[in-house]
Amino acid sequence: MSQALAAGPPGLPVTRRAGATCMRDTLHAEWTKLRTVAGPAWLVAGTVVLTVAVSAAATAAVRCPSGTACPVDTTKLSLTGIEFGQAIVAILAVLVISGEYSTGMIRVTLTAMPRRSAVLAAKAVLVAGLVLAAGTVAVGGSVLAGRVILPGHGFTAARGFPLESLADGPTLRAAAGSVLYLALIALLSLGIATVVRDSAVAIGVVLGLLYLSPIIIAAVAGDPVWSHRLERYAPMSAGLTIQNTTGLRGLPISPWGGLGVLAAWAAAAVLAGALVLRLRDA
Amino acid sequence: MTAGTVTPYRPGQQTGRDGFAQLLRSEWTKFRTVRGWVIGLVVAALVTVLLGLFAAGATFSSCQSTSGGPARTGAACGPTFPVGPGGEPVDDSFYFVRQPLTGNGSITVQVTSLTGLLPPANGNLPSNPAAPADTRPGLVPWAKAGLIIKDGTSQGSAYAAMMVTADHGVRMQDNYTSDTAGQPGAVSPASPRWLRLTRSGDTITGYDSADGTTWTQVGTVHLAGLSSKVQAGLFAASPAYTVVSQNFGGGTNGSSLSSQATAVFDHVSRSGTWPGSTWTGDYIGAGDASGIGGYHQAGGRFTVTGSGDIAPVVAGHGNEGDPGTTLTDRLLGTFAGLIAVIVVATMFITAEYRRGLIRITLAASPRRGRVLAAKTIVIGSVTFVAGLVAAAAAVIFGTQLARARGTYVFPASWATELRVVVGTAALLAAAAVLALALGTVLRRSAAAVTIVIVAIVLPYILGIASVLPVGAADWLLRVTPAAAFAVQQAAPQYPQVIALYSPGSGYFPLAPWAGFAVLCAYAALALGLAVMLLRRRDA
Repeated sequence: MSQALAAGPPGLPVTRRAGATCMRDTLHAEWTKLRTVAGPAWLVAGTVVLTVAVSAAATAAVRCPSGTACPVDTTKLSLTGIEFGQAIVAILAVLVISGEYSTGMIRVTLTAMPRRSAVLAAKAVLVAGLVLAAGTVAVGGSVLAGRVILPGHGFTAARGFPLESLADGPTLRAAAGSVLYLALIALLSLGIATVVRDSAVAIGVVLGLLYLSPIIIAAVAGDPVWSHRLERYAPMSAGLTIQNTTGLRGLPISPWGGLGVLAAWAAAAVLAGALVLRLRDA
Repeated sequence: MTAGTVTPYRPGQQTGRDGFAQLLRSEWTKFRTVRGWVIGLVVAALVTVLLGLFAAGATFSSCQSTSGGPARTGAACGPTFPVGPGGEPVDDSFYFVRQPLTGNGSITVQVTSLTGLLPPANGNLPSNPAAPADTRPGLVPWAKAGLIIKDGTSQGSAYAAMMVTADHGVRMQDNYTSDTAGQPGAVSPASPRWLRLTRSGDTITGYDSADGTTWTQVGTVHLAGLSSKVQAGLFAASPAYTVVSQNFGGGTNGSSLSSQATAVFDHVSRSGTWPGSTWTGDYIGAGDASGIGGYHQAGGRFTVTGSGDIAPVVAGHGNEGDPGTTLTDRLLGTFAGLIAVIVVATMFITAEYRRGLIRITLAASPRRGRVLAAKTIVIGSVTFVAGLVAAAAAVIFGTQLARARGTYVFPASWATELRVVVGTAALLAAAAVLALALGTVLRRSAAAVTIVIVAIVLPYILGIASVLPVGAADWLLRVTPAAAFAVQQAAPQYPQVIALYSPGSGYFPLAPWAGFAVLCAYAALALGLAVMLLRRRDA
């Protein structure tokens, strides 16, 4: 009897000992789930298309008429689409976990993979990887759009706006940082969705957390203490400082420091998610 | 089978219970018995109020008296403005060459030139506005000079004036907010303008003429309670030169430097009782502006130089004198409330799909359009009520808090306050209907919630805090559902005053209800699509 169990059902090749599920299996299972539904593919495509489209539209909307000083950070301008693309990244990350809760799939998942933290870790690795790939394409497209559009709108090398290029240190930092920004937004969303479970509430919380900070900062502009605090510690405002290539001295927080603040938010959200996932019944 | 008719079984209460009222009642029951949705609406109302209060409380004024006294904070040091006859804060500083006029009478003059000086043109204004700047000849578009009849020399008193302007032809203006166009075109020695003001009781009539013989009436104004003895004469004023610049980080800033205008008057003639014998020249409101001004009389020719403006104060940060906050700023929390409302409204339909309840709902009431109509009415009404309470509380308590903290709160008429509060509630209701309709179309919460939030909130953010130029931001706030925030505009835009009219300082490109109509159009479109799909698709 015990031999029969160890050998597994007849007809199926036995590759591993039963019960020895390791991280690789968890990753494989999660990848299969992600790969075999149409939603994630559409969302990844949507992230790329919308980010590039919004970046190109924003870049095309700005002109520098001759004879005027244009204090425009062209790199930041050509990455405007990230503010839009992050919303779709948030949907993708939220659905990875809350989709399982809405269909009841989570109970199957946790029965098959009882190590709950490993499940969340696998989801985090896959979502972050997927978003890094999508973000690289989206940011590359946005920078390319800026490179094509900007010189025709008065931002020429002769006037202090060299052709946008990833060989330029600050531009490379802004571009690579924007890709990382998207991945961190995905982790933040995943963590929040694990805590909240419902997709509508999770997406509301994530977008509220991201989009409210610039509005509040604009409203409390009269109070230097609060606006400075919010600019330093709100996830979107702090994280997007990585896109600045000019006027770095005037920033409320250094570019990498700002991305670090967002990373802290994301880590806190994922840890809270892991804790709640362990403590709560699914 | 001849045993008579067979009466089919009918439950006693069935007839009359299939009406729309029953459908409404069942949807209302669904809404109020889900604890999370009720909590969601309460949260929406609370964050709307609390964020508004936070912004009102965080904006804090402190100042030091000019004589080096102790630093003061709070209500003691907000800006102060003269108050016009309509109760609005006004700018009232100009150079006035005057004589008293008793009873009825008139004054006529020929204006032969209007010239002026501007601050440097390079756009890089000195960071310290008090620093001496290299001036250059030129006029701001609304530099003005002409005739004025004013009820005394105190700031904010009633007046009527006929004037030539730099770029806007002859104008008749009265009591700070009214502006009527006369003859177009700029004034020059080759093409002078004749102006006339006539007083008859409370009525003042303005005329203009190109040759001094053929006169055209420009306008008639009634200045209620005008004293019998008024000050009348010549004036010159030149509003601040305003440069709107883009910030590095995003958004726009306005900065202003004073400019001046000089006008040459000839052929001054008067009728009526003028008890004085000589002209007096003085600067009205010298404490407010640079106080540049003076006049020179040679024979019948007067040369008058002045700066400042006779106009309403334009609300908003970054405008001249930093007149601070309006009602719009009190309702900042609407964005947070909006997100909560969108989540609840979307779940009101997507939860039915998720749980399969939609099949029971549609089996119980097979006319699907009516089901959606009932849901729309329920979610629209509850969010409207929650929004109304929240907006009223945010405006009332936020204004009190802001005043206590020393922030100048721009006054608004009760009609404007009512429109802003009711409009905010209506905005939340329309956004809820849009979310419900999109939730029905997509049947998935995450996508529907994201689309509605991104469509309503993101254009506003790009408008106030991005590197987008003002034109592109304005365009976004015309065509996206974010246009509806126009109902929250509390301070009017004055075409006769150049200022920073940007979304960040509370000005929207569309008229209040026109902007709201844009959101309604989106909601109606989505609702139509939702009804169509709900009917065609299997549930």
